Amino acid sequence: MSMALELVGRATAPDTDSPLSIRGLTVSYGEKPAVFSVDVSFRPGQMTAIVGPNGAGKSTLLKAALGIIRPLSGQITSYGRPLHEGRARIAYVPQRASVDWDFPARVLDVVMMGLTRELGLLGRVRASHRARATACLDRVGMAGFAHRQIGQLSGGQQQRVFLARALAQEADLYLLDEPFAGVDAATEKAIIAVLHGLRAEGKTVIAVHHDLATVAEYFDRVFLINTTAIAEGPVAEVFTPSHLQTAYGGRLALAQMGGAAAG
Amino acid sequence: MGQDFVMLSLTPLLIGIAAAVACALPGNFLLLRRQALIGDAISHVVLPGIVAGFLVTGMVATGPMMLGAAAAALVAVILIEVIRRLGRIEPGAAMGVVFTAMFAAGVLLLEQSAASGVHLDVQHALYGNLESLIWLDGYGWGALTDPNALAGLPPELGRMVAVLLCTVLFIAVLWRPLVIATFDEGFARAMGIPTAILGLALVAVAALSAVAAFDAVGSIIVIAMFICPPASARLMTDRLGRQVAWSVVFATLSAVLGYVLAGYGPLWLGYDNAVSAAGMIATVSGVILGGAALFGPRRQSVSRADATSLASTLAE
Repeated sequence: MSMALELVGRATAPDTDSPLSIRGLTVSYGEKPAVFSVDVSFRPGQMTAIVGPNGAGKSTLLKAALGIIRPLSGQITSYGRPLHEGRARIAYVPQRASVDWDFPARVLDVVMMGLTRELGLLGRVRASHRARATACLDRVGMAGFAHRQIGQLSGGQQQRVFLARALAQEADLYLLDEPFAGVDAATEKAIIAVLHGLRAEGKTVIAVHHDLATVAEYFDRVFLINTTAIAEGPVAEVFTPSHLQTAYGGRLALAQMGGAAAG
Repeated sequence: MGQDFVMLSLTPLLIGIAAAVACALPGNFLLLRRQALIGDAISHVVLPGIVAGFLVTGMVATGPMMLGAAAAALVAVILIEVIRRLGRIEPGAAMGVVFTAMFAAGVLLLEQSAASGVHLDVQHALYGNLESLIWLDGYGWGALTDPNALAGLPPELGRMVAVLLCTVLFIAVLWRPLVIATFDEGFARAMGIPTAILGLALVAVAALSAVAAFDAVGSIIVIAMFICPPASARLMTDRLGRQVAWSVVFATLSAVLGYVLAGYGPLWLGYDNAVSAAGMIATVSGVILGGAALFGPRRQSVSRADATSLASTLAE
């Protein structure tokens, strides 16, 4: 029976090449749903910003898409296959503030976590693994910090270490939760350079983003959400004053939209 | 001297070391997960299990009472996880609710058993007696290779060593997922690591160590060993592997020093009687923690706020 359903699903779903396709996703923490009946398919090889007001369910959507929190309902597929079959192709950068940075670990130890799938439970860490982790650190401009305790890093440096860990996963889809929150300008530049580099390699990048002024500059596409999905498409088509008014419920100051109104 | 040592001190020492290490190992992870009080919780919740084991069999026997204790610990562990996840409250509060409720249930059950007129030595079950675990057949070092003498070893030694091996195996095999799930649960889940089951397994292993340890040496050691050696070790290093190694060293040191001090310390000071080995082992572990807090090389990094205030206090 489940096979038949799957076949029907495949026949009707045009999204077998979508790195992340979400159908009918509803997530609730209490009585009110945080995300309600969201359908969205992200395009491959593009950089998409998930944009919406505070409490709009942006991070919740990401976490549900990754199976970190259990939704009330909904179907997640990655490259046309169920999530649990596609995890090896997905890398995740959680919010920096979601972990305790006093944890006894060095920068290199954290980046090596990105190699866990490859190393397995008892696989030996070889020089080649360490070299790869160091190369990932180099890519985010942190090569000199490999042996630092993670608690000694600045916020921006911590964010870069998280990005390096995701790079070590060598995925095709990168999901980032507020990668620019509370980081310095140099880090923001370094991160965006890495993300654009990933796009140039044909990878897909999806990031929860809260700075409306930089959306048009950094991203190709936008997914607007406020509990329910509002619109998804190229920045020029979706990132418009009328869509933003819908998403932000008219409370959005025009000055905040700056680039949006112009673009 | 050798004969006395083998007969009277060797097995209590070994049991003390095994119990201390078996509790300190999972304690490292519990501490980092802010679940260090689980040892305290477990040593309370097992009371209803012990009493139930007695009520069911009607005998004061170690086997059924320990089975009851293990079952109660497991029930408590599951209840704590369920309350924490469904109620969305912090682990400390969930533990507090479960262990006071189950301890109270144990007290009520105990009254029922008192009514039956049989004396139930809960005191012993909860506080143990390390000094009594002597090896009567241990006539000297030669006994270590004598099958007849070995058969007379206290059964607590075998149990404790078996539990220690289980704990070591669990942590060694699941080291990578345990570390990731402890540091960054979201990332671990995104990778497909079943963090809920893993967390439950960790607490179950801790419960196993706790039940075996207090059967042998009493709950005071359990509570101290879950927290003191890992907390001291955290102050010595910034790497988890080394922290675990330090915690084993501190646990062993506490067991050996505590046992020796309890047996001979009062004599050296001119008193007649030895003091409780379990109490002294816990005290030594506390002294080690104090020393690490004052002189450990990494005390600055544990909590920057605390360390800064400590540093300014020291500077004054």
